[in-house]
Amino acid sequence: MRAFDYHQAVGSEQAIERAMRREQARYLGGGTNLVDLMRETIEGPAMLIDVSNLARDIEESESGGLFIGAGVTNAELAADPRVRRQYPGLSRAILCGASAQIRNRATVAGNLLQRTRCAYFYDIGAHCNKREPGNGCDAQEGFHRYHAILGTSSSCLATHPSDMAVAMVALEARVHLRGRDGERVIALTELYREPGERPDLETVLTAEELIVAVELPPLPMAASSEYRKVRDRASYAFALLSVASMLELDGATIKQVRLALGGVGTRPWRAWKAEAALRGRPANAATFEAAIDAELAAARPQSDNAFKVQLARRVVISELNQRLAQARQGGEAS
Amino acid sequence: MNPFTPSHDTRHEEKPPGALAGDYWRPDGSPDPLGSGLHAGIGVSLARVDGQRKVTGQAPFAAEFRFADMLYAALSYSTIANGRIVDIDTRAAEAMDGVVLVMTHENAPPLRTPPVFLGSPHGAAGDDYPVMQSDRVHWNGQPVALVLAETQEQADAAAESLLVRYARETAMTDFEIAKSQAREPDSVLGGPATITRGDADAAFETAAYRIDATYTTPRHNHNAIEPHALTLAWHHDGKRETLRIHDASQCVDLAVTSLADVFGLDPGQIHVTSPFVGGGFGSKTLWQHQILAAAAAKLAARPVRLALSREGVYRVVGGRACTEQRVALGADSSGKLQALVHTGVAAMTRHNYLPEPFVQATKCLYGVDNLRLAVTVADMHMLANTFMRAPGEAVGTFALESALDELAELLGMDPLALRARNEPERDPLSGLPFSSRHLREAASAGAERFGWSSRHAAPGSRREGEWQIGMGCATATYPYQRMPGAAARITLDAEGATVEVAAHEMGMGTATVQTQVAAARLGLPVETIRFRYGDSSLAGAVLAGGSQQTAAIGGAVIAAQRALVDALLARLEDDSPLAGLSADDIECRDAGLGAIGNAVRFVSYRELLEQAGKREISVEAKAADSEEKSHWSMHSFGTIFCEVGVSEVSGEVRVRRLLGSFDCGRILNAKTAASQFRGGMIMGLGLALMEETWFDARSGRIMNPSLADYHVPVQMDVPDIDVMWTDIPDPHTPMGARGIGEIGITGVGAAVANAVYNACGKRVRDLPITLDKLL
Ligand SMILES: Cc1cc2nc3c(=O)[nH]c(=O)nc-3n(C[C@H](O)[C@H](O)[C@H](O)COP(=O)(O)OP(=O)(O)OC[C@H]3O[C@@H](n4cnc5c(N)ncnc54)[C@H](O)[C@@H]3O)c2cc1C
Repeated sequence: MRAFDYHQAVGSEQAIERAMRREQARYLGGGTNLVDLMRETIEGPAMLIDVSNLARDIEESESGGLFIGAGVTNAELAADPRVRRQYPGLSRAILCGASAQIRNRATVAGNLLQRTRCAYFYDIGAHCNKREPGNGCDAQEGFHRYHAILGTSSSCLATHPSDMAVAMVALEARVHLRGRDGERVIALTELYREPGERPDLETVLTAEELIVAVELPPLPMAASSEYRKVRDRASYAFALLSVASMLELDGATIKQVRLALGGVGTRPWRAWKAEAALRGRPANAATFEAAIDAELAAARPQSDNAFKVQLARRVVISELNQRLAQARQGGEAS
Repeated sequence: MNPFTPSHDTRHEEKPPGALAGDYWRPDGSPDPLGSGLHAGIGVSLARVDGQRKVTGQAPFAAEFRFADMLYAALSYSTIANGRIVDIDTRAAEAMDGVVLVMTHENAPPLRTPPVFLGSPHGAAGDDYPVMQSDRVHWNGQPVALVLAETQEQADAAAESLLVRYARETAMTDFEIAKSQAREPDSVLGGPATITRGDADAAFETAAYRIDATYTTPRHNHNAIEPHALTLAWHHDGKRETLRIHDASQCVDLAVTSLADVFGLDPGQIHVTSPFVGGGFGSKTLWQHQILAAAAAKLAARPVRLALSREGVYRVVGGRACTEQRVALGADSSGKLQALVHTGVAAMTRHNYLPEPFVQATKCLYGVDNLRLAVTVADMHMLANTFMRAPGEAVGTFALESALDELAELLGMDPLALRARNEPERDPLSGLPFSSRHLREAASAGAERFGWSSRHAAPGSRREGEWQIGMGCATATYPYQRMPGAAARITLDAEGATVEVAAHEMGMGTATVQTQVAAARLGLPVETIRFRYGDSSLAGAVLAGGSQQTAAIGGAVIAAQRALVDALLARLEDDSPLAGLSADDIECRDAGLGAIGNAVRFVSYRELLEQAGKREISVEAKAADSEEKSHWSMHSFGTIFCEVGVSEVSGEVRVRRLLGSFDCGRILNAKTAASQFRGGMIMGLGLALMEETWFDARSGRIMNPSLADYHVPVQMDVPDIDVMWTDIPDPHTPMGARGIGEIGITGVGAAVANAVYNACGKRVRDLPITLDKLL
């Protein structure tokens, strides 16, 4: 690890100002990803601006959604009673990520911006276009069982590893950013870029842009949202596949649906195509199958991760069937 | 809660437990009286004597010792598997704050290649690759530079800043290619690489029921909770140079003799201690890091601490080799085996002596007239593979015991019944009688407690929601050993006794159990026993390996007890109540010596010392030669039972129940033994379901040198584990015990695989059993 300066920010304005003044400055959340990468010499910022003490609140927004400060810890967010009631799938997603210790440190913004776990990205002896554009990608023909089948390019297969982000893209989260030109708000799905030729460019953030909050819009059907994570080890492992889902019926027809996938995409994967193939259609097995097939048509599986096509198909169908059963039960109850 | 009543199938003479052990190792000898089950202190759950020190941070580990003026070391590792170092630019590193030395092949002192374990009787090294003596690179991860600095952070930063240029040469890093050029190794653990009895291939061809399958197991790496570390200092008093090392070691004596070779010293000049070790599993021997640290300390003329990072352990310390094994079983319709072929290939190097001995268990488990066993090796450019808990048996039983399960299904037989059908009367290869084999009892007691009879023979018969539930079992086994070289010193004083053996405590409970055994042997309360170990200056040489430490120490303490009693009897006054008695008439009881069978004839140790006019009496003795294995086939056994759920949707496997029923002779401490068994079985779960080194076949580089990517079981993967044991003493071992350190991991891989098959009808022959193999 190389030596660096450390600055504890007292406010977001001041943090941004610092970041603008200093070359190679980086914001620091809980440090559970960035500091690891510094130890591995994958990252080497000259200065860390600690923003983990800023924006620590969760507030109800006027519209009835939630406004989550960027510095809220993963543990706090998962345990928040409003989150558990209105967005239980999000709580579940956070709790099946990392470990209790890490969740106690990790922040919302840090979680969204955590970097891939690709072994070749982590090993300075290997070729990686994400570390060094144009350097090549050893994962293509190497160990890529954890890697993406959607949104990949010949330059990069790296998965976005966050569970929380998958649940949040399903919830249509919006990210509040603040930078040299003031504030802007973007959909979380717009935050991430696909690797294309430049896998080193992971987000649309400018260098000094700070995430200040994540806003979850009100979404009644999210009260029965779910998150299922699939992995060999029962805990403390990244997803081979994860599915965030929620469904609302209108009689026997699917009125509304949200579906997002983790472990298979180069970014937290909102399954737009599947959703389009579900909305307004009869809620049955044939629809579910057609929908996931529509989503996976673009999949580019490699030798070691080809199983994910089949896996995603099965788990998504199973999850949709369960959401359907719950929605029917809920319908009967009311 | 032991369902077994100690059996008297062995010739127990009615000696009290404190009587001196005779020649248990000889056919006409008598069992160690301490194994009889009559001593209340043997078998009880004495809590760890060092438990409080450990949980309160008072137990010092190798990287916690310090010397004044000490420097910190960091290593830099090669990124190629074969070739030359063209150039190492050390200038930037040397100019960095706190940096005292950058050592490379250009300035390293001459270091002789260390003697290798199994290659030399005093070798502790994992391989005989030269240590920083030239520009040659032999494996991806080889240390190419060592930096010493005033702080660890400075050393790390400098090591990272080194720029190394290589000239790469072709390397054999692909097992698929290497195995096509497999060779027969010179020997496998001192025995032949190929063993045949009868004509297995012909018998297989004509057998009515046949299974012929290939099983593969991946590389595994060592992940002891304490990464390898040492703190060391050279001293020179003008006349003589000495080297003092606090190491994390499971072989302090071999470390000394090996380092003496490397540095051209007399073993007396080196002192290695290792009071606490955070797990060894076969890895805490001698690797390049200790040699490099000592060399650098010499160059810098200052003490040094080197603690490997987790990645460092993967780069510098060998792991378990990958294997590809064929098992062919032929049987008649009653299930009687007619032929057994177990052959295969394991990755290896030309620089070590351990072909992964995956046929070990197959040598003793089943009675079959036609047997062919063969181990071949595929040479690769890699760090030498090494011992890892039950080397051979851990992966060999996966293949063999999976094949047995496949055969049972083919025959329509219960897998336990098939195994019972093939229980041998004598050792199938040597023809020797077993010293004590109660596998049948262990299996049936385990089956009963596990509820094996509720298993459905047809796969896929049981389900709970999306979970398909299945049960499987497999046999566990590990050989008994008592390696030569053990000795013990007993010092008796008014307070109690000190027992000293150059043995090791790596968390297994050795210090506790040996305290307990010494107390029982000497007739003293446990609180008055001080057990000292982990120090090369102590008596004898005992390796904490091969599950043999308990027996080896036991043999040495038996000899020392006799020497002590002889010494005390020699100093008796003429009118002593013990006058005229010989050692064999004596029993150690109530903190003194008494005549066997006579409550009145007794003198306390205190009185004996007083009468002899001594504050203490100290004796040292060597264990009797380990002759027992030439008279008997000696092994521990067990049966592992497992229940798994396999998700029909995701292919995820979750182990719901696990039980091990063992036959390992006398169990000395129920608590530490249960922990050993459970620990081994958890490691077995890792082997079954997740452990796998990502060895990149293109570069020979290990791509997952971290616990984030190299998965071992976490709490949620481990169900309640039930363990039980026969507790039947082995009449031919010290204390009637046979060693329990490694057997727990054996059989587990197959028990899980067999349960997975029973759950969902998919036979996975390739470890680990990950969900993609079950979709
Ligand atoms: C062993 C291990 C297992 C794990 N398993 C999982 C898992 O199963 N699922 C999962 O989802 N995650 C997992 N994680 C990852 C974990 O969730 C992340 O490390 C954590 O969420 C990162 O949050 P942080 O606050 O510590 O981020 P930091 O490390 O502090 O920062 C991460 C990035 O975000 C940037 N950043 C931080 N705050 C801001 C801000 N306000 N504005 C702009 N940029 C900012 C930093 O500059 C940095 O680039 C695991 C981590 C480890 C070490």
